[in-house]
Amino acid sequence: MQWDIVIGLEIHVQLATKTKIFSGSSTAYGAEPNTQANAVDLAMPGTLPVPNEQAFRYAVMFGLAVNAEIERRSVFERKNYFYPDLPKGYQTTQLERPIVGPGYVDIDLANGETKRVRIHHAHLEEDAGKSLHEDFHGMTGIDLNRAGTPLIEVVTEPDMTNADEAVAFAKKLHGIVTSLGICDGDMSQGSMRFDVNISLKPKGSDTLGTRTETKNLNSFRFMEQAIAHEVERQMDILEDGGAIVQETRLYNGDRDESRSMRTKEEANDYRYFPCPDLLPVEIDDAFIDEAHNSLPELPDARKVRFKEQYGLNDYDAGLLAGDSQLAAFFEAAADRGKDAKLASNWVQGEFSARLNAEEKPVADSPISGEQLGDLVVRIADNTISSAGAKKVFEALWTGENDSVDAIIDAKGLKQVSDTGELEKMVDEVLASMPDQVAQYQQESDPKKQKKMLGGFMGPLMKASKGQGNPKLFNEILVKKLGG
Amino acid sequence: MHNKSVAELSRELESGKISSVELTRQFLGRLKKEDEQLNSFITITEEQALADAHAADEQRAAGKATPWTGVPFAHKDIFCTNGVATTCGSKMLANFVPPYDATVTENFRKAGAVCLGKTNMDEFAMGSSTESSFFGATTNPWGLSQGEKRVPGGSSGGSAAAVAARLVPAATATDTGGSIRQPAALCGVTGLKPTYGRVSRYGMIAFASSLDQGGTMARTAEDNALMLNVMAGFDPKDSTSIDRDVPDYTATLNEPLEGLRIGLPKEYFTGNLSAAMEEQVRGAIREYEKLGATIKEVSLPHADLAIAAYYVIAPAEASANLSRFDGARYGYRCEDPKDLLDMYTRTRAEGFGTEVKRRILVGTYALSAGYFDAYYLKAQKVRRLIQQDFINAFKDVDVLMSPTTPSPAFIQGEKTSDPVTMYLEDVFTIAINLAGIPAMSVPAGFVDGLPVGLQIIGDYFSEARLLNAAHQFQQVTDWHQREPQ
Amino acid sequence: MTISRTDIEKVAVLARIRVDEEQVSALEKDLGNILDLVDQLSAADTDSVAPMAHPLDAVQRLRADEVTENNEREAFQAIAPATENGLYLVPRVIE
Repeated sequence: MQWDIVIGLEIHVQLATKTKIFSGSSTAYGAEPNTQANAVDLAMPGTLPVPNEQAFRYAVMFGLAVNAEIERRSVFERKNYFYPDLPKGYQTTQLERPIVGPGYVDIDLANGETKRVRIHHAHLEEDAGKSLHEDFHGMTGIDLNRAGTPLIEVVTEPDMTNADEAVAFAKKLHGIVTSLGICDGDMSQGSMRFDVNISLKPKGSDTLGTRTETKNLNSFRFMEQAIAHEVERQMDILEDGGAIVQETRLYNGDRDESRSMRTKEEANDYRYFPCPDLLPVEIDDAFIDEAHNSLPELPDARKVRFKEQYGLNDYDAGLLAGDSQLAAFFEAAADRGKDAKLASNWVQGEFSARLNAEEKPVADSPISGEQLGDLVVRIADNTISSAGAKKVFEALWTGENDSVDAIIDAKGLKQVSDTGELEKMVDEVLASMPDQVAQYQQESDPKKQKKMLGGFMGPLMKASKGQGNPKLFNEILVKKLGG
Repeated sequence: MHNKSVAELSRELESGKISSVELTRQFLGRLKKEDEQLNSFITITEEQALADAHAADEQRAAGKATPWTGVPFAHKDIFCTNGVATTCGSKMLANFVPPYDATVTENFRKAGAVCLGKTNMDEFAMGSSTESSFFGATTNPWGLSQGEKRVPGGSSGGSAAAVAARLVPAATATDTGGSIRQPAALCGVTGLKPTYGRVSRYGMIAFASSLDQGGTMARTAEDNALMLNVMAGFDPKDSTSIDRDVPDYTATLNEPLEGLRIGLPKEYFTGNLSAAMEEQVRGAIREYEKLGATIKEVSLPHADLAIAAYYVIAPAEASANLSRFDGARYGYRCEDPKDLLDMYTRTRAEGFGTEVKRRILVGTYALSAGYFDAYYLKAQKVRRLIQQDFINAFKDVDVLMSPTTPSPAFIQGEKTSDPVTMYLEDVFTIAINLAGIPAMSVPAGFVDGLPVGLQIIGDYFSEARLLNAAHQFQQVTDWHQREPQ
Repeated sequence: MTISRTDIEKVAVLARIRVDEEQVSALEKDLGNILDLVDQLSAADTDSVAPMAHPLDAVQRLRADEVTENNEREAFQAIAPATENGLYLVPRVIE
């Protein structure tokens, strides 16, 4: 049987405010446990919430960036459940009147088409603390530093039909919130967390199937794997004549397996009601205008500019413009390097590969866009070969030296481009290889001839101690052998 | 000295006739002796009080005194006091010593007042008799001479009994459905529940957030005004606190009442109100007529729905407010929990008393799937109808007057078997909290030797007018000066 | 309105309050009485009435995004039932 896959996403975006959503405690990451959990965050008796204006500004900026309506009068509700990382025994969130109403985001598909993914709404809420389950004499340790960190939860319509679309949307959203500067985008620290709702239906059917929710995916790769895994799991069940149980599942990326999160406390009834400690929040035109005026360049606009300003193709422009840090890095490299195409290749190639290998965000890159730009300059002006360039990149990355030219000098990577000198070397090598010269000259197939040139290149590079410009060697060889 | 009002004690201290240390010693001595019978205090902070009194004397000597500098008083044990146990009358918080102050606590500290301790209360302010306290019931000083142990009302029964027995001249209190006015009435003292939002709720342990309001209790209206001067005002730490100027509530106490338009809600003069009680209240209203006020009957058509609406909204809010008491971070934790669920369910079963658990369960039920619309949403709509009744009434009159309670103080244990009987104690006070308007209870007579309270209800932010009306009444009556034997 | 034993058990689980078997009958009676009282609400005509969540028709104030709190872990954990290495300790969740 053929199946249609229906995917919707819920994304928790941690807002990059200095303080928590309802208290003046710092939200800085990595502090000692509970040193940023104060009376309000700990739900000490009698304490009360006071909302952070910046969280609202960020939520409004997000709403504007995804073409959404801004709710002028939003309300906080209490979502009641007990868990040790939730000190009040309820989460303060928005249900009936979320701050951001319906909107949309356009994503680029691999086939070059654009697809619109609708956003149902986005609401403000507080994050929970963390439970540490390693052994404390059989107890669980609770760190409430994260409790009360502002989040926006973005809820999409079920508009995505495969993992690629879902990942493209997730990346696009990541690009939007990081460009806006409302989230640091560091998924390894949980700054963005994805819940994926998946259901299957017979191809072409109008009736949605039962969906499952896979929670807390914190990398694009895990998200892709989790979707593939869940689609397969559901397909197996349905094709065996089984039924999908509506449930929340937890995906283990390291083992590529998932399990149901159902427990005996299952039948949850969150008993939402308006939080009586908070009043309705009214957002006026001036606030929205101010947020609008503070919007930075967003990925879609940046992509258009990259195509115009740097002459990049659609694919390269989209990829580089999608992530604000990568975009800034590229711009620095391209502006310094004066060769945007070459800069683009290096940013997407060696640089991105290295970041991925070390699981580093652009912000943690040991080299700057300007340094890569310097490298681009030396490649473009033939000072170094591409093999040499990789060596320079390695030296920059490991911090051996921070100057491209100094590295080239120190490692003796400068190519010999003096044609007189190179011709002399060619003459000597050809003289020492008469058989191969004769073979070459008897060959009539230019393709095979081209291949045979490689045979001379080794000795030439050896003769030049690796510093001969291979391009020039090639030209001279062709001229001398043909002549 | 123990018979003097805050205003009088303030003058004594100012004149130098007595120091705060001497005054504090006198009050502490009396308190320790008399309270064995009453149990109106949960904690007496003798050492801290003497240290504060000493500091107050120095402040006064330095010429930096406020009217409160060196004057003894007490806090209801619902206001968090830095370094002093704050129990809310519950086993759950029996060992809870907050490392922070409530805003109200801080305000009295800044004013230089000397806190003698924390007064007893119904557990988590849920009750009308101060019998549900984990620390034992408080006894009403009235009735003791007849050999009877009567309730002081509640939930601020400790504050009311202490003020009535002259253990302190004044005490803070809170009112969610009548918890200031009903005990004030039953103990023969003067109490004020301000407009919702007038006094900060920060550090005041929450029962029902949209109804709770801190207020004042003392023997005279003037002392209530002095207290409100310290307590009222905007607090950035409470989102529901109102940013609005605070008048000097003592400045208008002596305004004449000539032309004051008094409304008598006919719904508050029916039902189980005894003839003897009604006679006392009508007598008080005749005094107002003599002072130049005009009387008019008004109607609050939805009055009979107030208790029903309240017993949905208050438990619903409480069910969430009390979820934080889970044994994880402070307060009581059950012995040897075998897992997390066991810790939660036993901590809360053992740490909360019967009435608190009943209300949490009712509130949870009212908010649960399938019942939300019929209970919670419906109650919120009725709440608006009740508010509208008051708004309409205040189009024609300046204040409303009624009995505070349907009957005087009852015998301990009389109403503990059926929660609903106890709830009906608040039949005349509860609608005021739903609307959020201010109201007072003023001593207005006696029935069978037990005090009767007159309730004076005002429009939003009309505290100055209520205090003025009460003060003028107290210039021509002496009910508030009567002392239990 | 009566409240069933099943309802009471369900609500007790939601509220995380252990209710022993012998307490259920008393609760059935008391909660039933309270709900009878509350059922008076159904008599009110509220068709065109907006729910009132709050007594004052006011709007939320917002706070500037400035750190105002310091590390007070020691003071807060001094009153905690169980802590270790700065963490609050609770029994494990048994699923």
